[in-house]
Amino acid sequence: MIEKDGVPSLNQVKAEFPTLETLEKPKAIIECYKRIPCNPCETSCPFDAITVGEDINDRPRIDFDKCTGCGICVYNCPGLAITVSQIKGEEVHLKIPYEFTPLPEKGKRVNVMNRSGEVITQGTVTKVQAGKKQNKTALIHLSIPKEYVYEAITIEVSHGS
Amino acid sequence: MRIKEHPILELAEKPPIPFYFNGKKLYGIEGDTIASALHANGVKKLSESIHLKRPRGFYCAIGNCASCNMVVDGEPNVRTCITPLKEGMRVENQQGKGHIHAK
Amino acid sequence: MQNKEAIVIGGGPAGLTAAFELLQAGASVCLIDRNERLGGQLTKQTHMFFGSEKQYASHRGIDILEILTNALGKYGNKLEILTQTTVVGMYRDKVLACVKGDKFFKLKGEKIVFATGASEKALPFENNDLPGVYAAGAVQTLMNEYGIKPGEKVLMVGSGNIGLIVSYQLMQAGVEVVGLVEAADRIGGYLVHASKIKRLGVDILTKTSVKRAIGKESVEAAEIWDLDEQWQGIEGTERTLEVDTICVAVGLAPLTELLQQMGVKVQYVREFGGNVPVLDENYQTSVEGVYACGDLVNIEEASSAMVEGRIAGINAARSLGYDVENADFRIKALHHELKDLRGGPPGDKVRKGLKKLGVAT
Repeated sequence: MIEKDGVPSLNQVKAEFPTLETLEKPKAIIECYKRIPCNPCETSCPFDAITVGEDINDRPRIDFDKCTGCGICVYNCPGLAITVSQIKGEEVHLKIPYEFTPLPEKGKRVNVMNRSGEVITQGTVTKVQAGKKQNKTALIHLSIPKEYVYEAITIEVSHGS
Repeated sequence: MRIKEHPILELAEKPPIPFYFNGKKLYGIEGDTIASALHANGVKKLSESIHLKRPRGFYCAIGNCASCNMVVDGEPNVRTCITPLKEGMRVENQQGKGHIHAK
Repeated sequence: MQNKEAIVIGGGPAGLTAAFELLQAGASVCLIDRNERLGGQLTKQTHMFFGSEKQYASHRGIDILEILTNALGKYGNKLEILTQTTVVGMYRDKVLACVKGDKFFKLKGEKIVFATGASEKALPFENNDLPGVYAAGAVQTLMNEYGIKPGEKVLMVGSGNIGLIVSYQLMQAGVEVVGLVEAADRIGGYLVHASKIKRLGVDILTKTSVKRAIGKESVEAAEIWDLDEQWQGIEGTERTLEVDTICVAVGLAPLTELLQQMGVKVQYVREFGGNVPVLDENYQTSVEGVYACGDLVNIEEASSAMVEGRIAGINAARSLGYDVENADFRIKALHHELKDLRGGPPGDKVRKGLKKLGVAT
């Protein structure tokens, strides 16, 4: 239970996803399960796809029609609670925030973790965005098997060799 | 114990600062406090409790709790967690409450 | 003794914004801090802040510090900064006794803003005085300000935002967080922070606490145990974790000693971890011309501290006779910001505490 161990239930996770059909285009998945005073997801979105509203404690709501999956909210979210997901054939393309060093390199095989911190599969790093805009919250693009669409959330931290 | 790589902070290499801990020469770096330089050298025990002589390390790191008080250049009760390290400082573990001395 | 127009004690988020508002209104400010650098807790906040754009949300604390200190830069000669200066005594006639190095001197302020912050609490358990048992914020200072690891393996005690954030930052520094224990039956801080460390493999154990630290000269292990409904440890549930550091993140206590020395009225508020000054709606204490803001008046996020600093600063400037542009409108807007920041479930405790103080929320 998320209030006890930090792990959301599968139902909680699924409720933040659009239909798998919609997910053929990249979409932001916002996992902000509890009301907190925060709204950079709303103010950083260039497409007005995310709404927190007048009361900054309200949970963000996303309009999947407007979301382009650009990933800007991913590195602007102070809680690192947003990822971008897209289904492409037999794979899921994932964009995750990453704040560890060294950054994984493009093409590298990495261990993929679930929300309980267990390694569930391997994935390939397809792109690393770590420029001025990301301001030290790198955006890592991953390709992983499609079946882990609701499970994969981050990659195992590797502190060098 | 110094962090070599950090995803957020830029840890530039800084010039070393020699100092003495209980007579032994150690090195800190520019920007260190006395306590941080000692910790970087693996020294965790900074003082002793007054009655039971139990080892004490730092606790609050903001100059509030007195757990890091040491004798520095002969002066007791120096809050080493907020006192910048200077070249040639003589730092010693403090025993008891420390003695006021006339200069 | 030197006379000053306005003195701000404490150069953290609240003190910096209070000083800025006073300067902007035209006042001269003497800003005092016992540390070598200004910034208070901002100097080590490597994470992005929450809140809204008005409180620099999505910026890292260390970058907010730069914004705030740059804003002070343009007031050059009107601003006097005394760092490594400790105020050791406070008198009823607004005289401060200060120590800087081996110098002792006195200052008198026409108006004084207190922003002395809070200090981390300790937790009673066997051997809690062993070197290696450190306050979590202290560990954050060691890592993020001085670039030094506190140890290699850490047990975190407490799941408030400080415990959760420092756990994450320990991992960023390459330190292993062996686990996090929380005495309550649920996580105290923001769940996004909890999920962030859990998905990287840190177990969060609720209804669990540390029974004792083990070690001779410093921590070599920690014994943890389960707690029952009365928050008592359950015999037989002990297990030992091999750690060299125990981080204690069990709350903060406001630093009101100086205020109390000068006879300011304080009230014990459990929600704020101790005595806090009784304030009017202008953030003025029971002594005319003495203001207080930040963690000293209620334990909250730095975002709120910055807003409170502005309110105290504007009011102090007005009481000095300066004409602050749009003052009423700005103060109203700042109070609205506080209301926003405290409006959700994380603000429950703050609102409860403020109610005890008779402050409308």
